Amino acid sequence: MSFVMKYLKLIIQARQADTRSPSSATNATPALEQSSRLTLQQVSRSRLAEHSTDAHAAYQFIHDALELESRPNMNMASYVHTWMEPEADRLIMENINKNLCDQGEYPVTAEIHRRCISIIGDLWNSNDAVGSSTVGSSEAIHLGGLAMKKRWQQKRMAEGKDTSRPNIVMGHNAQAALEKFACYFDVECRLIPVSLESHYCLDVKKAAEACDENTIGVYVILGSLFTGHFEDVHGMSDELDRIEEEKGWNIPIHVDAASGGFIAPFMFPDLKWGFELDRVKSINASGHKFGLTYAGIGWILWRSDEYLPKELVFTIDYMGAEVQTSYTLNFSRPACFMIGQYYNFLRHGREGYTSIMQKNFANSRTLSLALEESGYFDVMSDIHRPKGVYMSIRNPKAVRENDTEYNPGSPCVAFKLTDKFRTENPHVKQSDVPKLLHTRGWVVPNYALPPAQELTEVMRIVLPP
Amino acid sequence: MLHKHIDTEDIIKHAKLSPTHHHLRNSHNVHTLAYGSRYATEDIPKYKLPEKSTEAQAVYQLIHDELELDGRPNMNLASFVHTWMEPEADKLIMENMCKNLSDQDEYPATMRIHARCISIIGDMWNAKGAVGTATIGSSEAVLLGGLAMKKRWQATMRAQGKDASRPNIVMGNNAQVALEKFARYFDVECRLIPVTAESHYCLDIKKAAEACDENTIGVYVILGSTYTGHFEDVEGMSKELDRIQEQKGWDIPIHVDAASGGFVAPFAFPKLKWNFELPRVKSINTSGHKYGLAYAGIGWVLWRSEEFLPKELIFTLTYLGSEEQTFTLNFSRPACFMIAQYYNFVRLGKQGYTSIILNDLDNARVLSLALEESTYFDLISDMHRTKGVFGFGKKSNLDSIKETIAGITELNPALPVVAFKLSDQFKAENPHVKQAALSTLLRTRGWIVPNYALPPAVDDVEILRIVVRESFSQELVDTVIADLIWATETLAASESSFDVDIFVRKHDPVADAHKMEGHADSNHGPKGRQC
Repeated sequence: MSFVMKYLKLIIQARQADTRSPSSATNATPALEQSSRLTLQQVSRSRLAEHSTDAHAAYQFIHDALELESRPNMNMASYVHTWMEPEADRLIMENINKNLCDQGEYPVTAEIHRRCISIIGDLWNSNDAVGSSTVGSSEAIHLGGLAMKKRWQQKRMAEGKDTSRPNIVMGHNAQAALEKFACYFDVECRLIPVSLESHYCLDVKKAAEACDENTIGVYVILGSLFTGHFEDVHGMSDELDRIEEEKGWNIPIHVDAASGGFIAPFMFPDLKWGFELDRVKSINASGHKFGLTYAGIGWILWRSDEYLPKELVFTIDYMGAEVQTSYTLNFSRPACFMIGQYYNFLRHGREGYTSIMQKNFANSRTLSLALEESGYFDVMSDIHRPKGVYMSIRNPKAVRENDTEYNPGSPCVAFKLTDKFRTENPHVKQSDVPKLLHTRGWVVPNYALPPAQELTEVMRIVLPP
Repeated sequence: MLHKHIDTEDIIKHAKLSPTHHHLRNSHNVHTLAYGSRYATEDIPKYKLPEKSTEAQAVYQLIHDELELDGRPNMNLASFVHTWMEPEADKLIMENMCKNLSDQDEYPATMRIHARCISIIGDMWNAKGAVGTATIGSSEAVLLGGLAMKKRWQATMRAQGKDASRPNIVMGNNAQVALEKFARYFDVECRLIPVTAESHYCLDIKKAAEACDENTIGVYVILGSTYTGHFEDVEGMSKELDRIQEQKGWDIPIHVDAASGGFVAPFAFPKLKWNFELPRVKSINTSGHKYGLAYAGIGWVLWRSEEFLPKELIFTLTYLGSEEQTFTLNFSRPACFMIAQYYNFVRLGKQGYTSIILNDLDNARVLSLALEESTYFDLISDMHRTKGVFGFGKKSNLDSIKETIAGITELNPALPVVAFKLSDQFKAENPHVKQAALSTLLRTRGWIVPNYALPPAVDDVEILRIVVRESFSQELVDTVIADLIWATETLAASESSFDVDIFVRKHDPVADAHKMEGHADSNHGPKGRQC
């Protein structure tokens, strides 16, 4: 009899044998064995159980159900962070019940939030930034896009022009949230196709061509999720400057720095991409990616007050304290992950974040080089190649000396089977590789690059920092 | 007696310059570590990323100590949001702290639990085949519900070759901020129907019906008005919209904002018709972190069936390992609070939820009655009055409450919320007392009880509001009653009026810190502000 059948048989026997009445469960503290029999009997999967269950039994039942899940440390598919120090865990648990929107009740938490905004604003070269924590980069991107839309509408209305057909420009490598923004907020989404030459991310010249007077802004991504590349924010800014000179349209940039926002300041401090570029009006980042906290914290900053339209800011007086303002899509939300982020800032400091990222990049580069060495794989990401040397250039393995200047990007390794391997092994489908890896516990995704490169499939590994 | 204003900053500066004060702390913008000598660490800047790392234990202790000054949630009577769970729930949360709810491939067991929750809630709300999702809270859920209504309406109008550029949505002006946010953020005209005493400070369904036209994407009906706890008349609104459909042909849906009511009505008022049993109700949201009894971070939105969730709102992505679908505003988010919700479902069951909410309602009724008995207050909320009896013109009495407890009379279905104001009689006898001062005085005893105006068009009435939650024990009820009476009598006895404005913090403390440095200390001063 298979394991599953044996297990099912045991359950059926248990249900038949149990004659204990459900109502005694609430007050008794049954032995574990008995309590699990009780819970199996009582707990329906699709309806609320009629009766209560002992706390320990409820805990055990759910704990056991969740044992079946992957181990986060073997998940190479996600950028989202999954481990924090015990001291951080302790701090988070102590603050698990705090609601971040309740500034009157939790004034110190609110002050810590303010400090985080200050710290991040400074990291991104602003002296006057205004912003908020969010639940993640998705919410932050919506808010950034919404502010651009409102500013554009206001300007057009002041000029007596039509405001019914806003559009936004981004690379076709954009993650779901950027397209969602366009779809949910009725903005035409102009997706610029990517290519090997554009390093699978935004081609700034093509993006410029797609702009017109209805363009509310351009999303530029610092850390493309498919291949890790940093899009050329400076280059895009120059193109938009040129357009403004020629056509008079002042088109802003919102940088989706979901990954890059906590990488670039430490690993590539000379890279110009933040508020030091005038045209960058807003930036988002995920605290739960390279900010090194658990899922549940992102950040959105505008370069100053001026770029956050007042009509989007609501004032609230029913929380009991002084009047509060709210400009987020979520209102009640956990404060604990924001506190976790602050813990990281103090704990690591610039030194710590730099050191952690350097090690992560070193590991990612080693992995990239090893995959190339094997002869089986082409590595499509470029962080292991010297600055200016890309996959798109012939003979990408040409230079491998002690070169401390590498291409900026997120520490992800995107790779595919070489043409040579495919020719020699025509029966092998690339999608089989992740399936086999899964049997050993690894989660490595295999997916098509964005159009117009969709015939190329890549596997991607993001090493947990 | 003359007093000279004392500049506290001067005092602190002088103290720092004192020869006995050897510390290097010359900036307000720096932490000193009380445990500095133990851990041999340097001062840490507050508003800029520190250059160096600091030991884990020192950082933990520093932040932990600061946060001790945060409020005590149990005495926060302003909030509906839940603040306590059992140790077993905490343990489960901790074990699942690292899980990302959007990562369906990585956490299949978590996804199964999510599916069960949707099933359980759908069943609670009389749905057959509901589709839905966990959200961060009711705000996200309300936005999603509204967005689905907008998209469906746009599709209908375009199919009929009509103009789809001027959608509107109808709601009472007692709506909480998320409903108005939906309208403003998604470019939908917001038709706010003024509330009145006659409409029990919530949606007047006849006026709402009059405000509908062919551009109306839907009506938000609130089960549990945040101002006064009343349940808006979902069934009545549904009938009005049926009538409109018959007369004009417009099929206008209802989205029920059951942020609080969604976990109250099924247990305390099972006979009330408000959910998917009414065909016109197409979507409902609730907060798991209000009467769902979980920590802040979990809400739910359900549509009666797939048909009401437009396909264009659903995105498919492949970059996490397999094909996954997403239709929420947030993507990466904590899974632990959703698991905590499931813990509650298993742990409490219908029996547990019922017992808790009935207890909350009893406490709220006791509180309401005591406040009325004192004659100092008029009760604006009606949850302690017999069903059908509204308004403080008619005082309820202990007998009717006793009858209710004996199961003889029913009381008005509503949230366990007590909204009250100083009685006209009290105000006539004590014209110098400002109601806002009560709120301030209660603060000195640790209570947060907000005082604010009812929505416009209600004669500038201000109310004090107490939300009764599970953590509000009978002892706390007794204490808050005593403290309310104390505060009221103290104010009545004082000769002059108590100027509450002096307690209002007018300055942004971050901006103040910046100013105090003289010229901005560009290395240490605050760099940005929260919005």
